[in-house]
Order: sequence, then structure tokens, then C-alpha cells
Amino acid sequence: MTATYIARSSAIASRVLAGETMVMSVLDSTFFTLNEVASAIWRAADGITPLHEIVARDVCHEFEVPIDEALADAREFVRELSAHGILQISDQPILPTVPTIGTP
Amino acid sequence: MSALTPILEAVAPAASETRVVEIGGVPIALCTSSSRFARMVEERYSGFVTRNEIGPGTIQFDIDLLDSAARAFNENDEKYENLQDDDLEVTFESGLWRMCRGDFSAEWDPTTRHGTIRQAMNPYSLDSVLRIVHTLVLARGGEFLVHAASAIRNGRAFLFAGASGAGKTTISRLAPADATLLTDEISYVRKNATGYDAHGTPFAGELARLGAHCSAPLAALYLLRQGPENKIDEIDPALATQALLRNILFFARDAALVQSVFEGAYEFVQRVPVRQLTFRKDASVWELLV
Repeated sequence: MTATYIARSSAIASRVLAGETMVMSVLDSTFFTLNEVASAIWRAADGITPLHEIVARDVCHEFEVPIDEALADAREFVRELSAHGILQISDQPILPTVPTIGTP
Repeated sequence: MSALTPILEAVAPAASETRVVEIGGVPIALCTSSSRFARMVEERYSGFVTRNEIGPGTIQFDIDLLDSAARAFNENDEKYENLQDDDLEVTFESGLWRMCRGDFSAEWDPTTRHGTIRQAMNPYSLDSVLRIVHTLVLARGGEFLVHAASAIRNGRAFLFAGASGAGKTTISRLAPADATLLTDEISYVRKNATGYDAHGTPFAGELARLGAHCSAPLAALYLLRQGPENKIDEIDPALATQALLRNILFFARDAALVQSVFEGAYEFVQRVPVRQLTFRKDASVWELLV
């Protein structure tokens, strides 16, 4: 299985409020509210850690979800954010770019 | 010599008239060679035309009236009322903000605070330019214009936000005599030492009444919804932020300013109570707003 790497885009603004992560694209103002699970993936999207490792470590372990189910949900989630340019996806590690404003 | 006099008069630049429109404590001077345009400004922004001299820090626009300026503004003309912001372009290039729509174009240099507006003799184009410039001025400081009615009661200001049809004009119309209406359409939110103030604006909605030129500390932002009973509900902070962002006026395609607006909304939601206000169409809703 090819590893998937994810990294937060530099063209976003994000903040955590009451346990939820708010993310907005500065390119088209698309706004997302991420729940706890999605926030955990978002925080770990460093471009270096493979998605399946993030899910196993930060989702399955923390939220007691089976790996297959969690990974399928995570793939759909990252695809959606990627479609809006909020998250970068690659089958290679993604080098860091300009840091975002706001705390992930 | 006497034969030349009419020619000299014809080519001599006309005397410039200046009207300063001050909204939210931000003065914008409008300089025009047309007395008629100056009168239109006085009438349109009555109560907000504070003085006729350009002071330090005043934003200044020269008005370049287009050819059609000769046409008298007809209040029954619906041409301008139907203008949408869909075709509006606001961009930042070479140190200048450029604003362009079918009925006007304008440039503004935020460093010198000077600019030019090209438009015909109508208040709608000028209204749009003023709104855009105010949003640009406010955005970096986390302040904003927002689609919301607002009013002062007992020394505290309340904002009522919502899209068209949510009830901004309705709740304004139902306001009791002891409430001071700041606007029924576009509210002006600025920071103060401890929180935020809501300022009156001349940007009116269906009520067609200019707001009062005054301000008060902001007590709450209510997201409007009409229903069978009056009630106030707490809402999730992230939803509140999203709702606020949806209602903030912002036209520029500029990543840095979008980030500023986002940060501004985030800060606002942390400092000002944002609630859902469900109300029925009678004055009893104001019993909740004291």
C-alpha cells in the first residue's frame, strides 16, 4: 500500500475554539469546522507522518475506533479538504512551506 | 480683452467643493467641482457630513464625474437599485486598491490616503465605494461592517445579523421609542478599550431611514430567526464564527486581508456574546433586549 502524506496548506487561516478547529481558505473563503477527530488529523498533518500512522496513533488510540473504519473516514476527509486547497496530499513526504497564521 | 474673458472662464478649473462624510469615526473627504454632487452628498449622508475641511488622517477622494453626470438623478430610476456586487472587482496592485463595477471605478492609495472615484451623479455608486473603503480600512484591525441592524438601548448596543429576509428591518421597525436605531441594514463595529462599539451608519435597508450618528458599547450580537415565540438560545462558538463571517462585508480578493477578517471574527466571538434570537413579528421581542 502506498503511503499518503498530508500537510496543511499555507493559504489558510485556522483557530481552535471550544475544542473545534475552524479552518478557512484565504483563496475562496471556504469555511470548515473540524470536530475532535478531524482536528486530531489536522494537527498531525505535518507532511512527514503517513496518514495511516496518524490515524492509528491519534484517532484509533484516542477515540477507540477500528483502524479500517477510521482510515476510510480519514481518506474521505483529507480528499474533501484537499479539493478546497486547504490540505495538500502526496504519496511522498511534503516539505514544510510558509507557516500559516493562527494555531492549528 | 473683454472678448477673451468668457474663454478664460470656460477653461479655468472650477472651484472644488469638499464634503467630509464621517462614519464610525473614519472621515472620508469627497472633493468635487460639481455643486450639485456636493448637495447630493449632503442630502444622502445627512447627519454624517461633519465638516467641510480635510483634517489630518482624513481619507480623500477626488470625484471624477462621468459624462452621464449631466443626467439628473431620478429617484424613481431603478437602474442603480438593481446593481449587484457580483461583478465587483476589488484588487490591490502596485500599492493601490482598485475598485471596479459597471457603474463606477475607483483607486485608492492607503499610504497617502488619497484616491479618485469615477462615477455618474447617483448616490448608489458612491455608497458602494464608501462601504468598500471602510471595509478595507477596518479589516486589518479586526473591525468590520456587517449585514446587521443595530440599535442602542439603555446605553448598550445590540446587533441583529442575518441575510435578506431574516428580519433586520422588521426588528428595527418594532423597536420601542427608547431605542436609538443605528441602522437597519449595515452595522459598523469598532474596537474600544475593553470590547467593541457599534456605530450608526447612513447605510439603510428597506426602512429607508439613516441611522443615528452615535455609538455605544456592544452588548451582544443576535443571529435572527423568525418563529412562533421569542427566545434567545446559545449557539456553538464555531457556528457563531461562521455565521459572523458569512455576514461580514468584505469584497477584496486579498489573502492577507481575508486572514485579518477571519482573525477579527474569531476574536469578536470570544469577547462578545453571540446568540440565536428567535422572534415573532411583534414588539414583544424587545422585552428580551434590555
